[in-house]
Amino acid sequence: MLDADFFRRWMAATGAAVDREADRLTQLDSPIGDADHGSNLQRGFTAVRAVLDKDAPDSPGAVLALAGRQLISTVGGASGPLYGTLLRRAGKALGDAAEVSEAELAAALRTGVDAVAALGGAAPGDKTMLDALVPAVDALEDGGFAAARSAAEHGAEATTPLQARKGRASYLGERSIGHQDPGATSSALLIAALAETAQAAA
Amino acid sequence: MSAAQGKEDKAVGIVLVSHSKKVAESVARLAQGLAGGGTTAPVAAAGGTEDGGLGTSAELIAAAAARVDGGAGVAVLVDLGSAVLTVKALLAEGDELPAATRLVDAPFVEGAVAAVVSASAGADLDAVVAAASEAYAYRKV
Repeated sequence: MLDADFFRRWMAATGAAVDREADRLTQLDSPIGDADHGSNLQRGFTAVRAVLDKDAPDSPGAVLALAGRQLISTVGGASGPLYGTLLRRAGKALGDAAEVSEAELAAALRTGVDAVAALGGAAPGDKTMLDALVPAVDALEDGGFAAARSAAEHGAEATTPLQARKGRASYLGERSIGHQDPGATSSALLIAALAETAQAAA
Repeated sequence: MSAAQGKEDKAVGIVLVSHSKKVAESVARLAQGLAGGGTTAPVAAAGGTEDGGLGTSAELIAAAAARVDGGAGVAVLVDLGSAVLTVKALLAEGDELPAATRLVDAPFVEGAVAAVVSASAGADLDAVVAAASEAYAYRKV
């Protein structure tokens, strides 16, 4: 079972991964975006860690809901409401249980991913974060954390040949082809941080 | 004054959300200018990030909506990407924006003019939203 502390460690690990990869995310966002994905997410997850340290929510659902709320407030770009919605909806789906199972987490993330798709009007294949998140949630349901991590990473890499159909990159048309999507890449970091946290807890 | 009368006296508030502080403020001035000489409906600009950069600030949007809310509802017009998504996310939060707040599907400049003109003329929230949305139907070529 996974408790609030597990979820705090997951958010902290995501923040550390975003810190580590911020330059790379921004580089990926330069040719097809507005070159701020790394710095935006860094600002968001720095705020997430600060609020989780201060408020110390005592259930997995509360950790994710608070983290999501913080991302919506602080990121400043489209990734704020998108990641914020992902975590908030997943958190709400978990309710106020003190501990949740891996299957409950998978189902909650599915709810969050569906909400992201609805918010942005995107689907897998549009070269967005969903290209990493949807296969990750599928794999989490069937094969666990390590499988989810690998599915997210493959999903992110598989955005390279796609033409963007959502967001700023979609204005570039065919020129968006040949670049890995920054949102799918940061989504893979979120899932990798989840797998690392689970591995460290095992 | 009765509560019902008080409500009738109040105009729908308009919030203009752009990635740029200057764009939001300028469009607000343009719309108020075109709304005519009298008192116009309350309009608030929520442009850029809190540190003055390009982007969207949930805090500035929530503050702007609170400022123009007189009880008759708030119509929010947005420009692009994160402005749209942030307002939708705030509406989904449930308690971040005044109760009768609507995200309007409208072109930013033309919609803002239509919204401010109609709200200043005393239109209710449905009519303000309809006027702004209809701005899409006006073809320029």
